Amino acid sequence: MPEIKLSENTIQLIKNICAEFENKENELINVLHRVQGKLGYLPAEVQEVIAKELNIGVARVYGVVTFYSFFTMIPQGESPISICMGTACYVRGAEQVLAEFKRQLNVDVGESTNDGKFSINCLRCVGACGLAPVVTVGGKVFGRVAPSQVKEIIAEYTQSNSADEAKSA
Amino acid sequence: MDTINLTIDNKTIVVNKGTSILEAAAEVGIEIPTLCHMKLHDLNIENKPGGCRICVVEVEGRRNLAPACCTDAHDGMEISTHSLRVVNARRTVMELILSDHPFECLICAKSGNCDLQDMAHQLGIREVHYKGEQSHYRADTSPAIIREIDKCIMCRRCETMCNDVQTVGVLSAINRGFNSVVSPAFEMNLDHSECTYCGQCVAVCPTGALTEVDETGKVIRALADSTKTVVVQTAPAVRAALGEEFGLEPGTLVTGKLVAALRRLGFNYVFDTDFAADLTIMEEGTELLNRLNRFLSGDKDVKLPILTSCCPAWVKFFEHQFPDMKDIPSTARSPMQMFGAIAKTYFAEKLAVKREDLVVVSIMPCVAKKYERGRDEFKVNGNPDVDHVITTRELAALIKLSNIDFNALPNEEFDNPLGESSGAGVIFGTTGGVIEAAVRTAYEIQTKKELPRLDFDELRGMEGIREATIDFDGLPIKIGIAHGLGNARKLLEDIQAGKSEFHAIEIMSCPGGCIGGGGQPYHHGDASILKKRQMAIYREDSNKAIRKSHENPYIINLYKEFLGEPMSEKAHHLLHTQYFDRTEKVKI
Repeated sequence: MPEIKLSENTIQLIKNICAEFENKENELINVLHRVQGKLGYLPAEVQEVIAKELNIGVARVYGVVTFYSFFTMIPQGESPISICMGTACYVRGAEQVLAEFKRQLNVDVGESTNDGKFSINCLRCVGACGLAPVVTVGGKVFGRVAPSQVKEIIAEYTQSNSADEAKSA
Repeated sequence: MDTINLTIDNKTIVVNKGTSILEAAAEVGIEIPTLCHMKLHDLNIENKPGGCRICVVEVEGRRNLAPACCTDAHDGMEISTHSLRVVNARRTVMELILSDHPFECLICAKSGNCDLQDMAHQLGIREVHYKGEQSHYRADTSPAIIREIDKCIMCRRCETMCNDVQTVGVLSAINRGFNSVVSPAFEMNLDHSECTYCGQCVAVCPTGALTEVDETGKVIRALADSTKTVVVQTAPAVRAALGEEFGLEPGTLVTGKLVAALRRLGFNYVFDTDFAADLTIMEEGTELLNRLNRFLSGDKDVKLPILTSCCPAWVKFFEHQFPDMKDIPSTARSPMQMFGAIAKTYFAEKLAVKREDLVVVSIMPCVAKKYERGRDEFKVNGNPDVDHVITTRELAALIKLSNIDFNALPNEEFDNPLGESSGAGVIFGTTGGVIEAAVRTAYEIQTKKELPRLDFDELRGMEGIREATIDFDGLPIKIGIAHGLGNARKLLEDIQAGKSEFHAIEIMSCPGGCIGGGGQPYHHGDASILKKRQMAIYREDSNKAIRKSHENPYIINLYKEFLGEPMSEKAHHLLHTQYFDRTEKVKI
């Protein structure tokens, strides 16, 4: 695992979040939820700060992080891709869609592409079973996705990103 | 308190509200089988995750079976602990547990002492009907403890000891479902973690998932090497527990047989760590008085309280967790390391043997001692002061291997000059003992008067944190005692906050002190065994002719012939040490 040096600001941010929950051990899940919301992921160094603030062993923190699939220790891509693996999506071919995303981006579930643009995750039901199989990218929902559309979806984000870059340049 | 009536296996009983079915059944002599559950009554330690489901019972009118360990008894309950449904469920649960357990019992270190094996036997399991994938996880070896996670049944006892009792926080259940294992954070190996090697996880593990590193093979090889002189030292707590391995009642003292057994194993000299405990008192007691007197004369550079430093797990604990306080503990080495240093200098010179040709073996109630002996500061040109450390359990195995009928052995005496000890050296084996031993010597040195009494009952007991004020002829000395690292942490936090008023604090990592060490015969959840060992230690003390360390003639002679005086330059070089900030060492 690459070592990360947390900035003073980040450490302070984590400390503040812990303080909001009165540094209580039984608020660990809420603290992790909030910190991941701010930082995007929970690397080891972040977990160590949280453990210290809540006065518990870092193994306990790591235990909770690895128990819930919601928590991740890997940074999310700029455009996080989530494929629904709920029952409805699954029976309508979500697995093939996932396989296609993995093939095209050359990453596994829970990983990010080298350029940091995309990451792939699985989730369970977004409540749009009528649109199965469902894929979300960032906040946007794509319904009735077929493996043949995967290239198109990826392209949409690659282009829009480069368009943004062009604009800012 | 409100009481309730219920029947268990047709026996009517009255229990207090809030009593679990398991405890209620025990009150009428019904022992419901358990596996993950563990309650050490006297120490206020309980592991009750309700995970294994072995303790299920049938409650009339309830749809599903109830886990007895974590279901409260209610008024009017009618409970059956061995109905057909219960027995079938219990056996199914057991078979499912076994379906993901390696069948290595014949060669497992825990064989014969395994709660899982016993339970399979008790439930009459003759076949495992469930065949499926088995979970595999890499084994992890450290200087003291081996984790064989494939043998783990996720009872979480180790987690309770590591987090709730010891507050070390190294072990936790991680991942989920079939992939869940007990592990240090980020799945690092134990020797990269903040593990203190106290071994309390090993002491409570129901299977062979956590065991000590076995050094018996090295000892056998050393004994067979005719070019080596092999000396052995035995820690105080060993003599109060070894007998259990040979079917003797807990609390039986086997000092004489222990010596005889070691001699028959082939050790050239059978010595006693208690001798070195007396030496520790000379050094630590002198250091205590130096610091105390400077403090009382207003020296602002002197810090009090002074903390004992005999326990290697405690030393590693504060090096990781309280590095800012590493100048507070005594600099005195542990008795085991003092013995090693003296054996490889003073005694080796007497024998005219090179230190490389002298092998020092320690019999310890402890697994952390295996780690301690490997610390760099206890080596000279790479040669360690202590070569091998085996636990009380390993010694028992060695005796059995060597066809020695332990119970038939005569009582024999330790060799000299490193085998004579005072009663003060003996009580190092129990919580409160080190500080009592220190008081016996420090009082007489400080006041230049003879102690009016030798038994300090106010320092004895099993309470996790104890305090007492001892009158040093008009000077009140405040003493604190903690056993269990969670209790130690509380006293340390008081010191950090400037709230501590103690002059001296004794700390031992294991509940009960060394008598409850991680290398002792397994107590299988019966904490009353620790009390019996403690009483045995005090019995040994009161039977001793000499009960104060400074009156041990061999100690007096050692200073005269070799060391000079306590805290002399030579004593400092051989008998004292330094501590390190280990916070930076922990890397993923």
